[in-house]
Amino acid sequence: MLRLILSRLGSSVLVIFAVATIAFFLMRCAPGGPFDEERSLLPEVQRNIEERYHLNDPLISQYADYIGGLAKLDFGQSLKRPQTVNELIAGHYGYSLTLGLMAIAIALSLGLTMGVAAAARRNTWVDHSLMSFALLGVSIPSIVLAPLGIAAFALHLGWLPPARAEGLSSYLLPAFTMGLIYTGTIARLTRAGMLEVLGQDFVRTARAKGLSERAVVWRHAVRLGVVPVATYLGPAMASMIAGSFVIEQIFQIPGLGFYFVSSVSDRDYPVLTGMLVFYVVILVALNLVSDLAHGALDPRVREQR
Amino acid sequence: MNPSVRPVAELGAPPAAPPPSARGRSLGADAWRRLRRNRAAVASGITVAFITFMCFIGAPILGLVTGLDGTRTNIPLGAVGPSWAHPMGTDTLGRDMLMRVLEGGKWAILVAITATAIAVIIGVAYGAIAGYVGGRTDDLMMRLVDTLYGFPTVVFVIVVMAVFELKSLVVLFGLIGAISWLTMARIVRAQVVGLRHREFVEAARALGVRPATILFRHIVPNTLGVVVVYATLLMPGVMLTEAFLSFLGLGVQAPLASWGTLVTEGSTQILVYSWLLVGPGLVMSITVLALNFLGDGLRDALDPRSRKD
Repeated sequence: MLRLILSRLGSSVLVIFAVATIAFFLMRCAPGGPFDEERSLLPEVQRNIEERYHLNDPLISQYADYIGGLAKLDFGQSLKRPQTVNELIAGHYGYSLTLGLMAIAIALSLGLTMGVAAAARRNTWVDHSLMSFALLGVSIPSIVLAPLGIAAFALHLGWLPPARAEGLSSYLLPAFTMGLIYTGTIARLTRAGMLEVLGQDFVRTARAKGLSERAVVWRHAVRLGVVPVATYLGPAMASMIAGSFVIEQIFQIPGLGFYFVSSVSDRDYPVLTGMLVFYVVILVALNLVSDLAHGALDPRVREQR
Repeated sequence: MNPSVRPVAELGAPPAAPPPSARGRSLGADAWRRLRRNRAAVASGITVAFITFMCFIGAPILGLVTGLDGTRTNIPLGAVGPSWAHPMGTDTLGRDMLMRVLEGGKWAILVAITATAIAVIIGVAYGAIAGYVGGRTDDLMMRLVDTLYGFPTVVFVIVVMAVFELKSLVVLFGLIGAISWLTMARIVRAQVVGLRHREFVEAARALGVRPATILFRHIVPNTLGVVVVYATLLMPGVMLTEAFLSFLGLGVQAPLASWGTLVTEGSTQILVYSWLLVGPGLVMSITVLALNFLGDGLRDALDPRSRKD
């Protein structure tokens, strides 16, 4: 187990380094710079700015500075905002984290329940309607669902705040909108996983022992049946990050996604590369955890390794 | 044999012989029969066909017959709700929404088809090579796929499109396709691993056929059924990606409109002119849903073992 973790950590560092490098050179290849204005600057001003941000140094020494900074966990200074990238991330990741955690909690609790219930009553109307709902959840784009949700629950019924991150209740609507896509996928994965497990010998043994159906399903089968969900969580988190760009725009939540999108159009290179690296670090860590969870849930995987 | 070969059954290779119930019917005919029995899939197929027909052929005819026009503005008219003259209402510039939605559908469907085709080409080639070569190459290639799975690849599309100011449709098609091939590669690899030691491959090899020809002329055509299924399942995802990029202003650009751009426009005016969101949103959701249902149905029909019930 320890060797697995160590080798995974090694390749993770490699992946992070690769992403950081690609991001760095991608930004430098781009046409147009962060300080391009409608009016061209005086040559002296231009030179001073470039001096200040080391934009005139040879590319290779800029790259060395940048990687050196990363090694010290220093992402550099934003070119458009007074804060450093570290301050931006530290000040705003909380909003995105709360949103993401709530979305994943909603998706997991709803999706697992739906999937297990559908598998336990396969080919009945319960199964069919739950799975149709799951498919509906995957099919409605969040850019349609979010404004409709705001109109219905915030503006017509007045139950929830329409936007802004003020208090936990303001996260409900965005988190639900965000989580619905994953609810559908998790429900489908759970159902498929459960159906496979319910046909296996150890489940027959549990039934033969005279356990109640509920105990068979919830105590014995679920553990193995949710393995596909554990492996799906990594990719789900990855796509959630992209999803947060849209959700945070619509609901005006000042999270990382919000700043990421604005730094794209501002060409704020340090913010962009810094956030990319930050995202990748998180994802790599999550994937590691999801791999380990896989091992913990499925004894067969543990023995193989 | 190399050590990375896993049991065929585990990987969902095509059945070696038609199931006994088929009795002489071909695999295709059998699948077709199963598909027709699945009412949701049939209804979805008809829906997709109808919407596609309306977007590409129906819209110009409808425009000629009724005189509706999705591009002609009528500013004094402005935005009015659905009526007999304008079934989906008009937008703030007085353009007919029904025609705009059909027009937008044309681009949404074109993006979906082209990007899916690109993803299929990359995914099939990648997966087939990994599965056929096997060994270390296979391990390495699939490890890369696993790693990419964990990334928000669409973020890269955003960065590339925004930073390089690429607004061309070709780039949009290509980039969406370039990030959507991962699942296809996995599935095709699994199929190829299951097929590469079959007798017809041995026979071809014994005849001295070149490896590339064996792979792409003899093995890959056998994976076609599965490829079709997953291509169908890929399309709704691609459509959603396009809508997502359009929302960020990186998708189909004005004066062209896609469902993504129409929904984005509509979402800003939900309180005043709700039909601007509801019309395109509804049509888009129905299309995505129907494609998902159709893909599921095709999978159940062509690969009955994936049903697991």
